[in-house]
Amino acid sequence: MIQVDEKGFYGKFGGAYIPEMLYPNVEELRENWEAIVASPSYQEEFQQLLRDFVGRPTPLYFAARLSETFGAKIYLKREDLCHTGAHKVNNTVGQIILAKKLGKKRIIAETGAGQHGVATATVCALMGMDCTIYMGELDIKRQRPNVERMRILGAKVVPAVSGSKTLKDATNEAMRAWIADPVGTHYIIGSVVGPHPYPEMVARFQSVISEEIKWQLLAKEGRENPDLVIACVGGGSNAAGAFYHYYNEPAVRLIAAEAAGLGIHSGKSAATSVLGTPGILHGSKTLVMQTEDGQVIEPHSISAGLDYPGIGPVHAHLHAVGRAEFVGVEDEDAMKAGILLSRTEGIIPAIETAHAIHALNQISFNPNDLIVINLSGRGDKDLETYIQWGNY
Amino acid sequence: MNRIDYLFQTKKERVLSIYVTAGFPNLEDTLPVMEAIQAAGADIIELGIPYSDPIADGPTIQESNTRALENGMSIKTLFSQLLGFRAKIHVPVILMGYLNPIIQFGVEEFCKKCKEVGVDGLILPDLPMSQYLEEYKALFEEYGLFISFLISPQTSEKRIREVDENSSGFIYMVSSHAITGAKAAISKEQEEYFERVANMRLTHPRLIGFGISDATTFQLASRYSQGAIIGSAFIKHISNSTALKQDIQTFIQGVLAQE
Repeated sequence: MIQVDEKGFYGKFGGAYIPEMLYPNVEELRENWEAIVASPSYQEEFQQLLRDFVGRPTPLYFAARLSETFGAKIYLKREDLCHTGAHKVNNTVGQIILAKKLGKKRIIAETGAGQHGVATATVCALMGMDCTIYMGELDIKRQRPNVERMRILGAKVVPAVSGSKTLKDATNEAMRAWIADPVGTHYIIGSVVGPHPYPEMVARFQSVISEEIKWQLLAKEGRENPDLVIACVGGGSNAAGAFYHYYNEPAVRLIAAEAAGLGIHSGKSAATSVLGTPGILHGSKTLVMQTEDGQVIEPHSISAGLDYPGIGPVHAHLHAVGRAEFVGVEDEDAMKAGILLSRTEGIIPAIETAHAIHALNQISFNPNDLIVINLSGRGDKDLETYIQWGNY
Repeated sequence: MNRIDYLFQTKKERVLSIYVTAGFPNLEDTLPVMEAIQAAGADIIELGIPYSDPIADGPTIQESNTRALENGMSIKTLFSQLLGFRAKIHVPVILMGYLNPIIQFGVEEFCKKCKEVGVDGLILPDLPMSQYLEEYKALFEEYGLFISFLISPQTSEKRIREVDENSSGFIYMVSSHAITGAKAAISKEQEEYFERVANMRLTHPRLIGFGISDATTFQLASRYSQGAIIGSAFIKHISNSTALKQDIQTFIQGVLAQE
């Protein structure tokens, strides 16, 4: 069984390795989140917002021309059609209602490319809550449109100037900000990472993806289970959501597409399942890209959303027990897959998502196989990267 | 007897612990800095093991961590530097570090080396107490290593009692909702928290850290506890020093000066 235990471990991975200053906050969350989320008043508000604000259920779309290209029956789960353009908002809607019910007044979050920052700023505007987003100084320069989107939505964007000035450092800064204001602030972590209960909580909010796939597939194909589910993995929130209700359905192959950057062993990669070793990152034990001395290594991917030196503990576990197959997709191949999807289906995907599309070239499957790819985000935010790459 | 226990039995007030990152400002400064700290009159040396992602520390200490790593500092190097240091240093020495580098080094090997060179205790901010009890307590005890857990203004009374029960040596009292080096003055609210904990009659002595930077704050902290820990202010003071020994002397004597 793939399941979190009461201490927050998936097998050997997970836990809550946090400074004592954060203990009361994390403990407050751990003790209360499940009961709050299960309560009728929470569910009523959550379901209404998912429907009317996010635009759920998102379509499960039969991609005829893509299917023809690859010789299988391929469906796309259209998370790119969520409000704000990616699956990230499922989690921020879930957490903001939780924060409100916990009596929090202020929200903080980290962001890499800015997608989670925008999704957080969006729900803070919706709820009238004070919002501060920590973002690496380098990312602020690279992702100007998202920075401005957050500011338009009323959020304060604070540059993380330490270390490599990217996502990892933004996460450090957000944790420090939480330490500095533990009583009034809720920290909305954007992926299935961080101390327990975050990985499971975020996965649960994203699990609406596989919940919908099940009934949508039943209606279209007369079966709940596809043969394969494919998703890209950075921290792994969209993959956790797409895999969640299939964790314990062994007949369903779970494919995780990682960013191999310029090549897994090129020194410019974010393929954590291959390059990572067990360690502690941002409060949980997981696979971490690190030196022999245990210092965290700076990863590389053309897609900022996959540019993270760890993976969520549940994915480390899925990898360790062989439940999920990990595929490393290189920058160049992901870009080509982005163009392919644009031209076969009229959908320009986020470059993160394009990694999942390209995985089709790197795995074997049968012509009759039913495949669901989680189309986690749209490519509007990546236009500049597509343009600079230019090979279309 | 562990040197930490001996210290607190013989000195009940104004205990000063100085934090410095190992391998800072230069790789080979570790021992000379320790000697100078002792010579200047500090009671405990807290030696930081540099880490790429020190989430409980503020910009000053993170910067010193980055510099030490750039200097080439590692746990391996640190233990080779510490070999034989007890010939010169008699005050208690505590290693402060984040868990990941220690796990990669090997926790048992780490404990063994600590004992070998003469380290007295550990502060591991991201090791949760529950995990310590389950995985590491027996090991630390086997090698005679003390561990100090942290409490903060938000820590519940019940939790403080648990910390008191499971700490050895002293309790590390975080002065405010903050990371290291964040605040300059001590507020009324903080004083109330110091007093509340002082009145709990804990079995372990307490040292107050975070935001202690000079004679005034040291004196105030000492009013409510057995003493204090200074880190960021010290790091700042020696960061561009060209006369380490002298600058350390000046800083520590400044802190210890009675107003």
